[in-house]
Amino acid sequence: MNWITNYVRPTINSIFSRREVPENLWSKCESCGTMLFHRELKDNLNVCTSCGHHMAITPRARFTALFDGGVFAEIKVPEPLADPLQFRDQKKYPDRMKAARAATGERDAMLVVTGEMGRTPIVAVAQDFSFMAGSMGMYVGNAIIAAAEEAVKLKRPLILFSAAGGARMQEGILSLMQMPRSTVAIQMLKEAGLPYVVVLTHPTTGGVTASYAMLGDVQIAEPGALICFAGPRVIEQTIREKLPEGFQRAEYLLDHGMLDRVTARARMRDELITIIRMLQGLPPAVKGDLPPPQPVQTTATA
Amino acid sequence: MTNYLDFERPIAEIEGKAEELRALARSTPETDVGGEAAALDKKAKELLVSLYKDLTPWRKCQVARHPERPHCKDYIDALFTDYTPLAGDRNFADDHAVMGGLARFQDRPVVVIGHEKGHDTKTRIERNFGMARPEGYRKAIRLMDLADRFNLPVITLVDTPGAYPGKGAEERGQAEAIARATEKCLQIGVPLVSVIIGEGGSGGAVAFATANSVAMLEHSVYSVISPEGCASILWKDAEKMREAAEALRLTAQDLKKLAVIDRIIAEPLGGAHRDRATTIGAVGDAIAGMLAELTPLKRKALIDARRKKFLTMGAKGLAA
Ligand SMILES: [Zn+2]
Repeated sequence: MNWITNYVRPTINSIFSRREVPENLWSKCESCGTMLFHRELKDNLNVCTSCGHHMAITPRARFTALFDGGVFAEIKVPEPLADPLQFRDQKKYPDRMKAARAATGERDAMLVVTGEMGRTPIVAVAQDFSFMAGSMGMYVGNAIIAAAEEAVKLKRPLILFSAAGGARMQEGILSLMQMPRSTVAIQMLKEAGLPYVVVLTHPTTGGVTASYAMLGDVQIAEPGALICFAGPRVIEQTIREKLPEGFQRAEYLLDHGMLDRVTARARMRDELITIIRMLQGLPPAVKGDLPPPQPVQTTATA
Repeated sequence: MTNYLDFERPIAEIEGKAEELRALARSTPETDVGGEAAALDKKAKELLVSLYKDLTPWRKCQVARHPERPHCKDYIDALFTDYTPLAGDRNFADDHAVMGGLARFQDRPVVVIGHEKGHDTKTRIERNFGMARPEGYRKAIRLMDLADRFNLPVITLVDTPGAYPGKGAEERGQAEAIARATEKCLQIGVPLVSVIIGEGGSGGAVAFATANSVAMLEHSVYSVISPEGCASILWKDAEKMREAAEALRLTAQDLKKLAVIDRIIAEPLGGAHRDRATTIGAVGDAIAGMLAELTPLKRKALIDARRKKFLTMGAKGLAA
């Protein structure tokens, strides 16, 4: 690999020799192969500065960028039964959970928060692909219900960022039951007349797509996101033919009428504020720099 | 009986021998094989009892997929009168994997919807093996709306390996169609009862089975993923389907303990396919029982009960 000479700016190249660069300071764009300096990548919301490829971003990093002054308050999610099926494949489910919790520092694959975006009060929820591929189990269902209840209580809109490899198989049928469960939560929001905006991020698949992630009042996707029910590999095996370029990607879905918009992460915040304020009959957002709001009280939902 | 499952091979052998003896007796009337054949019959039956007494989850999957198991069309033909199929999603096509229309159940007008797998090569292809495309779910949505408007109970019969994983199905919004069908199930103000008669495959099943009352035939299965699919993902080996079937807890008995389903319908000895008429009758009784419980409830009570049922689901795990 001669990435240093190919890609890295001469100034940085002169400071570090390849051997001295700690591995974690650099990420390789999986799309164009460019080596990206981690601070630069972080400042650009994990979007490749070279080709615009949208990489995964943790819910916390996303919310820090979205909320005014990076301030948001976490809403507690009721803890479900641990390992309801006593599931065991090659590993025990509780061991897999332990490892995922240690690796991410999170309880599970969904984070629920409330705060203000452009002085617009919002409840937001984001799925964490780094936690067991964002898979949907009881906790994720509880998170969506907690988010909907909080939104109804505070009369705030709900924005949901989806990302999931699908259902959490280790919770078997109870994972599947999160499809109707989360749908009930979305119905509570809609009956309260509150906007529900879904932002589909890479990848959103399976039962997640086939429930709460497709029921938004407005459906936005990040560029290049894979969005599907059945994954491309399963389809290729079934129909025994090669799928067209870009199949099941955000832009393809937009062309096929399945999405309202495809929006780059950098413009997402402004767009969400604009849309939500119109849906709620609020005046246009104040542009320019705003002081951070006062920290919001965390409200625990039972 | 011509179609034996692999674990039924010992029965096939004994029944085969009994049949041979009888054939011999027919060609040479002077031989007396009656006693011997009867003994073999008795042995076969004992074997059947012991095999079916405690079917493993994987064997239940095989029984649930048995080609001679009664399918949606068999139930509609036997249990309903005035069945009037209503076709199409008004957008793109009529999905033959989903049957549905107006009918009378014990004289009462209802809407019946179900997955149909087909019974021979021609009909299986026509029915796409019971794997619905978006049009099937959108047809179901339309029929549920019709039922809601005219205050007719909805009866769904679930029997699908899953939603069809095809190119066109994805392009036309398979996920959205399933999500909307599930949403519709939760919105209608009429009794919604569901029977899982064979395979309850993932989201394709949920779209019909988000019901006030869900019954399952004793050897049917209901799962988030097929055992083969689960095995290839978690065990990296599709041949580990027995282990996966075990771990997934997809049997009617486990799902009843988890309160995911409400009742189990007993199957005749040796599975539904060995006595189709009795099975169909038992399913009819279960539907009548579920409808009787729900009929006194008003619209709002029906909707609230359905939502509450799913909101509270999962509070109960399997006891260690
Ligand atoms: Zn790139």
